[in-house]
Amino acid sequence: MKNTLRLTNAGTMLARILLAIAAVFPIVFMLVSSLKPDTQIFGDMSSVAAFLPIGNISVDNYTAVFDRVPAARFLINSIGISAITVALGVVINSMCAFGLSRMQVRGKRIVFGAILATLIVPFQTLALPLLWWVNQLPWLEMNGFSLELSKGWLDTYQVQIIPFIANAFSIYLYHQYFESIPKELDEAARIDGAGWFKIYRQVVMPLAGPATATVAILTFLPAWNSYLWPLMVVQSEELRPVMVGMQYFFQLNVSWGQVMAYGSLITIPVVVMFIAFQRSFINSIASSGVKG
Amino acid sequence: MAISPLPTRSRANRAADRAASTTTPAPTRRRSRNLREQLRGWGMIAPAAILLLLFIFLPAIIGFGLAFTNARLISPRPVEFVGVDNFARLFADPSFWRALLNVGYFAVVVVPVQSALALVMALLINKKFRGVNFFRTVYFLPVVTSMVVVSLLWLFMYSKDGLFNEILNRVTFGLFGGIDWLNETTTAMPAIIILSIWQAAGFHMIIWLSGLQSISGELYEASQLDGTSRWQQFKYVTWPGLRHTRSLILVTITIQALALFDQVNVMTQGGPLDSTTTIVYEAVQTGFRQQDTAYASAISLVFFAIVLLISVVQRHLTREKD
Repeated sequence: MKNTLRLTNAGTMLARILLAIAAVFPIVFMLVSSLKPDTQIFGDMSSVAAFLPIGNISVDNYTAVFDRVPAARFLINSIGISAITVALGVVINSMCAFGLSRMQVRGKRIVFGAILATLIVPFQTLALPLLWWVNQLPWLEMNGFSLELSKGWLDTYQVQIIPFIANAFSIYLYHQYFESIPKELDEAARIDGAGWFKIYRQVVMPLAGPATATVAILTFLPAWNSYLWPLMVVQSEELRPVMVGMQYFFQLNVSWGQVMAYGSLITIPVVVMFIAFQRSFINSIASSGVKG
Repeated sequence: MAISPLPTRSRANRAADRAASTTTPAPTRRRSRNLREQLRGWGMIAPAAILLLLFIFLPAIIGFGLAFTNARLISPRPVEFVGVDNFARLFADPSFWRALLNVGYFAVVVVPVQSALALVMALLINKKFRGVNFFRTVYFLPVVTSMVVVSLLWLFMYSKDGLFNEILNRVTFGLFGGIDWLNETTTAMPAIIILSIWQAAGFHMIIWLSGLQSISGELYEASQLDGTSRWQQFKYVTWPGLRHTRSLILVTITIQALALFDQVNVMTQGGPLDSTTTIVYEAVQTGFRQQDTAYASAISLVFFAIVLLISVVQRHLTREKD
């Protein structure tokens, strides 16, 4: 009895280790290959050396990435686009959820219902009509000192940001969280003479930290990984985000080592962030399951 | 209303005194205050509501409408109503049917395999043991790797002289190897399926895990007292306890599977011979590359109808079992 138990435990551990190897070996292969010249990558392929940073190790591939394409520009674009989307998304979605959860607004149930209904629409089904639609939208442009009206959002920064700020799922998450904060706090603050916006900013939001972390992560990941949308709306090299930039880089017929270097370059920051905020990441993903 | 400090109460009293001493009739004041409150509330809700209206509701309605027109992405011609022409063209288009078949194939394999694998992973790290955090982190790493990076990395590993062929060659003592995985009609889709499962299983592991953790520990203790085996425990405690998580995971994986695009666009461009083309790939191909917005809208509409149908059916099936 005891022996079979020990055996199943050993079996469980073995299964865990095998799955861990399966999960991690491609990533290790990418990181290691990014440090090697192509001849060595292919030379090492038939042995375990493929996964070990040994031999002719250098950061040449990384410098080549920055030499061949404006990779720094791509990175700055993606960082800027994700940061603005996250910042505005946190503010606008939490404000909306606050109004819907804590203020006496007529018709708010209908509005909330309509917002939740959008959750069943996958973005991919909207992408093509949206592409046509953003091309019809007007935009105010600064031309010297005068403002000029231009038509069409294609090939801009705003087309990569504005459609993704408001998010029904973020509103839902904040709404859930706000409902759990006692409403007596609002009343107390009102008696102290605080207006609604002050209550939102100074009473409720400081208590909603976990919801903000979840919303920030769930907004950041798709913004950073976004590919289908910028592929269609961005033509100019200087507006390109990292994922579209990676495919473009690959199509220049560069060496595999350099492709692996580019891949590592845009993966490492996210992995570091994940390891630093692991608990928040896991909680975010767990809560995103509710979406179904 | 559990506020006791005196200063607040006195301030409230003073406010009440002031209200009583004013000459304005009370109902009007209340109405105007109410109106102001309504306006403030709408002010909070409006920014997000307007953006959702502009970028979800309107495109959805517009897409529905454009599917019945001849609209093009960039065209000087005015948009004209053409009835169901686009749908007639669509249903007569072999690559559309091929795309449906391909995502069907993809979904039929990915949905059960990925959800089962994710459940196994979740069960393996559900109980606390030394190193549980390490395993959870490692299992989750592919999820934080972007699909575009994953696709290019696996494109390299699948190449003719790539890692997989080398390993295969080694393991089979030179019997197999040199297979051009992504350029054979029979192996291209399975190759994409494997990398997709590899990338996304950790995501659903986390959702299973949160389901597992919502099952009360007392149930496990009780079953242990009854001397159940591990398998019986899974069958009678764990599996029924995961009822809701189960339907949730089924719906999300299915819809994600039907929306397959990134991997295909990076790795195979729908080929070889349409063997990996998908609904979204066809929509992008027509609506973006050929600028035929109307036709792409028709594809999107059919796609949305399928998504809707699946979530209704799955919800209905899981409801009956309850």
